Formats: sequence, C-alpha cells, structure tokens
Amino acid sequence: MDRSQYLDMFIDESTEHLQAVNDNLLKLENNPNDLSIVNEVFRSAHTLKGMAATMGYDDLASLTHHMENVLDAIRNNKLAPESGILDVVFESVDDLEAMVNDIASGGEGKRDVTEAVRKLEAAESGEKAIEEVSEQSMPAFEASPGSSMAFDNFEETVLRQSYEQGYKAYHLTITLSKDVILKAARVFMVFEILEQIGEVIKTVPSVDQLEEEKFDLSFEVVVVTKDSSEEAIAKVMKVSEVHNVDAKVIDASTTEQQDHDESKTSEIEQAPVVQPTQTKEAVATSSKEEKTTQGGKTIRVNIDRLDSLMNLFEELVIDRGRLEQISKDLDSQELTETVEHMSRISGDLQTIILNMRMVPVEQVFNRFPRMVRGLAKDLSKKVSLEIIGAETELDRTVIDEIGDPLVHLLRNSIDHGVETPEKRRASGKGEEGSITLRAYHSGNHVFIEVSDDGAGINRDKVLQKAITSGVVTEEAGQTLSDRQVYELLFSSGLSTADEISDISGRGVGLDVVKSKIESLGGNVTVDSKPGNGTTFLIQLPLTLSIISVMLVEVQKEIYAVPLSSIIETAIIKKEDIMAAHNQKVIDFRGSVVPLLDLTDFFDVPRTEEDNDYVSIVIVRKGDKMAALVVNSFIGQQEIVLKSLGNYLQSVVAISGATILGNGQVALIVDCNALIK
Amino acid sequence: MTDAILQEVKVIVFQLKDEEYGVEVEQVKSIERVQHITRVPSTPDFVEGVINLRGVVTPIVDLRKRFGIDGIDHSETTRVIIVTVKDMDVGLVVDAANDVIDISRDAVEPTPEVVGGVEADYIRGVAKLEKRLLILLNLDKVLNSKELEEMKDIEK
Repeated sequence: MDRSQYLDMFIDESTEHLQAVNDNLLKLENNPNDLSIVNEVFRSAHTLKGMAATMGYDDLASLTHHMENVLDAIRNNKLAPESGILDVVFESVDDLEAMVNDIASGGEGKRDVTEAVRKLEAAESGEKAIEEVSEQSMPAFEASPGSSMAFDNFEETVLRQSYEQGYKAYHLTITLSKDVILKAARVFMVFEILEQIGEVIKTVPSVDQLEEEKFDLSFEVVVVTKDSSEEAIAKVMKVSEVHNVDAKVIDASTTEQQDHDESKTSEIEQAPVVQPTQTKEAVATSSKEEKTTQGGKTIRVNIDRLDSLMNLFEELVIDRGRLEQISKDLDSQELTETVEHMSRISGDLQTIILNMRMVPVEQVFNRFPRMVRGLAKDLSKKVSLEIIGAETELDRTVIDEIGDPLVHLLRNSIDHGVETPEKRRASGKGEEGSITLRAYHSGNHVFIEVSDDGAGINRDKVLQKAITSGVVTEEAGQTLSDRQVYELLFSSGLSTADEISDISGRGVGLDVVKSKIESLGGNVTVDSKPGNGTTFLIQLPLTLSIISVMLVEVQKEIYAVPLSSIIETAIIKKEDIMAAHNQKVIDFRGSVVPLLDLTDFFDVPRTEEDNDYVSIVIVRKGDKMAALVVNSFIGQQEIVLKSLGNYLQSVVAISGATILGNGQVALIVDCNALIK
Repeated sequence: MTDAILQEVKVIVFQLKDEEYGVEVEQVKSIERVQHITRVPSTPDFVEGVINLRGVVTPIVDLRKRFGIDGIDHSETTRVIIVTVKDMDVGLVVDAANDVIDISRDAVEPTPEVVGGVEADYIRGVAKLEKRLLILLNLDKVLNSKELEEMKDIEK
C-alpha cells in the first residue's frame, strides 16, 4: 500500500484523536464515575489503533492496544480510574504523541515502548487478580456448563436486574452455514434482530472480533428479552445463511441462588455498580446530543490552495476596479448597476476567503490543560487552568506561531507565579492556584491573556537582578515605576527563578517570548499586583497576511510603510533640517531624530522638483526613531502581504511586496532594517 | 521515455538584438506582454524589478542586460517569458518571442571555443537549423543567484 498519500491524513487524524484522548482523560480525572468519558477515550484509542495498524506503524498500534486494555478494564468497572492508573495512561499517550511526531517529521514512528507496555500491563493485571478471586467466589455465574462464558460484575448486575423486571436471559449459540460469504454482515444482521427483541449483554468472541470475522462458524450471545426462546430462535433463523440457533435459558434460580450466597458481597458491590449503569445511559444520550451539535461538516484544505485562491481573487478585485472606472466613464446605468452588484458580491467573497483562513485558538489551547497538569504535578503544586474564549479565531499563520510563546508564559505562571500549597495556605488563599487563559477580539486585534492568582512579581527582586546583570544602573532603577520594572522581565538574560528548575531554566527567558510576538506584529505587556497575581497580555494582529500600511510616494514610486512602525507623519520646513556630523537631523518634539531620504536610500530616479516643505514619516524601532523623507502621502490602506519570492531574497530594507488596486506591485519598507 | 522522444527537444525561440535563443518548453510557464514593472532597489542591474503575475509577485530579469548586450526601450514586440527554475518563477524580458520548434539533439553542438569567443557558461550549445543558428540557454546558470549575492555584499 502506498502510505504516503494517506500520511498527512493519518498524522492530522491521529493528532486529533490523541488530543481527544488527552482532553477526555483530564475530564475523567475530575469525574471518575462518568463511564461515558471512558467510552469516548476508548473510541479514540480504538480508531487510532486501527489507523496505525493499517499504516503499518506496529509499535504505535501495539502500545495503543495495551492502553485500550486498561481502558477496557476501567469501563467494565474492573479498574478504578485513579490518579495512579491515569498517570500510566497519560505516559503512554506521551509515547504515542512522540511516535506520531516522529512520523510527522519523516520517521518510522518506532519507539521503545516496553516500559510503557509493562506499566500498562501492571496496571491492568493489578486488578485482574481481584477479578479472578471474585470469579472463584461465584462459580455459578457460568451461563451453561461447558461454555466458555463467564460474567463479570457488571453483566451479573444487568442480568439480575433483568430478571427482576421480568426479562429472561438466553444463551444463544448461533451457527452459520458452511458456505457463508459475508460472515461479519450476518453477525451484524443477527445483532440487529436481537437488539429489536431485547439487549445483547455479552458475546463470545467479543464484538470486535466478530466484526473482524475472527471466529469460525459459530458464536455465542447472551441476550435478555421478554420473548420466549422459541420466538427468539425463529427470528434469528430468518437471517439467511444462519444454519442453526441453539438457545439455553440462563437459569434465574441460579442467579437468585447466587444472590443469597453472595448477599454479603453483592450488596456492597451492587450499590456502586448499579449507579454507573444509570448514569452511563444518561450521559451517553447527552454526549450524543453534543456530537450532533458539534458535528458541522468540514473539509481539510491545504493552506497553499487558499493562498492561490486569494491570489486569483485579488486579480478579480483589480479587474473590478477597472470595470468600475469604465462604467463611470461610459455612464450607462445598466452597466453601473451590474458593476455595483458585482462589487458587493466580491466584497462578500473576500470576507469568506479571509474567514476560511481563520481557525479557533482552541487548536493551540487544547494542549495546555494536559501540560499544566503535568507541570503542576512535577512541581507539587495545585493548579487549575481555566480557558475562556477558545472559540476566538485567528489567522492560521498566527496560530502556528503563537503556541511556543504561550507555553512559555504558562510555564512561567506555574513555576514563578503560583505558590506551593503550603505557602498559599499560609497567605490565606485556597491551596489550589488558578491560571486563566483568556482570548478575545478587540478591533483589529486579538488579545490573549495569561493570568494567575499567585504571589505576583517581586519588584525588588526583579530590580536587583536587573542591576546585577547590568540591564539598568542602580540610579536609573530607583526612578522606575512598578510597571517599568516589570517590563524589565522581558529584557534578555533575566530570570527571576531562585534556582534553575527544569521548567524555566532552559536558557530562554521572556525576552524570547517578546521578540517572537513582536515578529508577529504584536506586543506583550505584563501587569502584577503583589500577593494577587500576575497577568501577561499579548496583543496580536488578526492575520499576518493583511497589514495596515501608509502608502507613500517617493518620486514616482509607491512604497508601503507598516503602520505598526509609524509614530506620526509631518510636514516640516526645509530650514528646520539641521546637520549633525554629516547626518541630517530634525528636532522632533524635543528629541533629535536622524533624517533619511528614501529617494537616496532606494536610489529612486529624481523626477520631482524640490520645494520648501518636506514630508516625513517618523518611524520607530523599539525606542529609537528615524524620520523618512518622502514626496507625498497617499493614505492608509489594508494590504495583502506577498513575498518577493526566492529569487530576490533579503533585499535591503524591503520586507515584502503587495499588489495595489491598479494591479501594480508596491514594496513594503522594513523600518527595522532602516534603524540600526 | 523512449529514445525517439529524447531525440527531439521542443524549444521556445526568442530574439535578443539580432540573435535567436531557445529555452526548453518544459521550463516555460507562460509568455506575457510587458506590464508595469516595479523597480526593486539595491538589486543587480539586470534585475528589472517585480511584476504582479496573477497575484504572485514575480521578479523580472532583463536578458539583454544579463548578457551584457546594450539595452533598448521596451517595444510592441517585447515579451516577458515566465520560466520556472528550481521552484522559482522568474520572468525574462526578451525583444520578441515568436516560435516554438522541435530540434533534434543531433543538431546541438557545444559552443566553439576560440579566443575572445563566447565563454559564458550559461550557454548549453548551439543548434544549427538550416540557415538559422539557435543559442540554447542553460537557465540554471542564467539565473544563478551568485551575482545577486555579490551585489548584496557590495551593499554591505
């Protein structure tokens, strides 16, 4: 089988399934009694196993298989979903993730999973022993002599309850004709019929094996129904290619007898077992509803295709502009109306195309609950993570980049922000610290907030550190406001951890976060209340592919200057230009700003006459400024960013290009490169 | 691929000054009329600038300047041949593009080496077609970005 064509799909889907497993395991930890969650996890794991096996990733399949066994034990109430057992499952999920990542980066998905498998087996067998004991104590639960069928606690309870409600249980042995062609299909039809008359409680071999046709010609089923055994047999026999059906009544008296014998244990056992069966059904229906509401139809599209769709669409917009011009010139009402209609439609289309690139931040946020759980455990802190606004949408390109900075901030909050349970108790807070991750839209920006209710930032400590590492002088430090001191956290080479821990002592500080976010056209600020916690606020542009610029004319050429770099524009008199050491400068609100003539810098052929006034754009890089001399301002505009392509890499002080309304290309000035 | 196919190459023929050049048709994406070219500062002389090619910003190289032939203003017949080399789309400005012909590989000869002759390594060979001479280009070399790099160093 040619795997490559399915590889992308496999990777996408396994990542999704693993994410689902992670999410649901976390939920399970909080509601250990909710068996429907286990079923969800089991389903995801089962699909993953199937996919991995189909693709030939045996290690992946086998580890998932072992994980499935543990999950199976949990959902059959043989195993309690305690923290210890979930840890083992989480660990194996980590392994699975590592394998999928390996596959995604071109590897074979091989990994030594013996340790994980051993742990899973231990977890599973730890309870198996108990199960065996209980089976010994109730030998009479064998459905019929000589049969391989034995019931576990859960099935017993169902049987017992059925009797109480007047149902009868039959043990059917169904034999198919020798020349049966579609065994699995026949099994399916038999089940269809049995489900109509009652409920199938158990099959030998298991349903999975039956579906995979892993049986010879006969299989056994235990069904509870109000029908008589003859009726049941007659109905099953209607399925073609069923050769013979043999029914044995599972003796009610034996079970009742059992009840007496078991009275001591079963009473205790019954209570916890019965409850789940009820809740299980209740939750099962509710989760079904959830499924249907969620289940919007989607299709995966390569982002390159969206890009080319966008490119083509821009062409259309440019033609639209021309048509508008023509219709104005011709002054024909019919034409004008048609063109106006077209403009409206293409406007809507543009919105749709842009929206197609938007993805909910959920995609990134999803991985955090798991991470926070792990980190908190490692640091023996108690932390709860609240996520708000996960549905907030961001451009795909931003989503891909934002994950790492957020991981860093969350780590920072858990490591430095939230105190140990003892400390929290001492300061009169609840033992469990809380971290809130909130995303929301505001204007043309998306804000992401990471806040904790921890100890806050210790101003003196930060300042002390900044002074010893030479970031600020002692004198300057005294005059700084609290906020300015907090901002120092983002300067390079500053970590406030007393000891280097595994979590934050990786040589990367918040400065990396800051530069990453700035490279995305956003910024990050920090605020803190001593004793009450710290909040990091990230501001991001909605999309990286569209930016706001000021279009300026330099002689006859048009350049775009990103608004994010512009402080303001001004027109100054020529005589206000001063010279300082061979460099033209101006006085801009009290500070001396160097002047840079774009005509000279970009070698633009001079066509315009000099006049007495000079138009300037004041741009900044950090706190440094420069004034760019241009000929005139055209205006502010939203533009679609394009790269100059591979052939013209890194042109000096040009960060990219865009296509203007008239179809011409304009270059985008890279202000960061202009200011040294 | 059979030998028969290998025997023949389909080339697009274009004019530079009074000579005819050819590039293999597989490397050519399209042939465009000249449209507005945006100059890109601090690039080599032969990089004319960039154009908007159906929404994609595509660099344009003036072949006359690239080959050191004195440049002329664009005329009615001037065309931009968009070629794809190593996943890059680049437009080549030529005086005219008018022909697609099949030439047999036998007709291609290496460039004759004489003193003061053509030493350029971007020429793959010369094809003799009855009375015409066709200079076959090696686009990889034509678009060699080495010179682009050198220009950059000078800037710094």
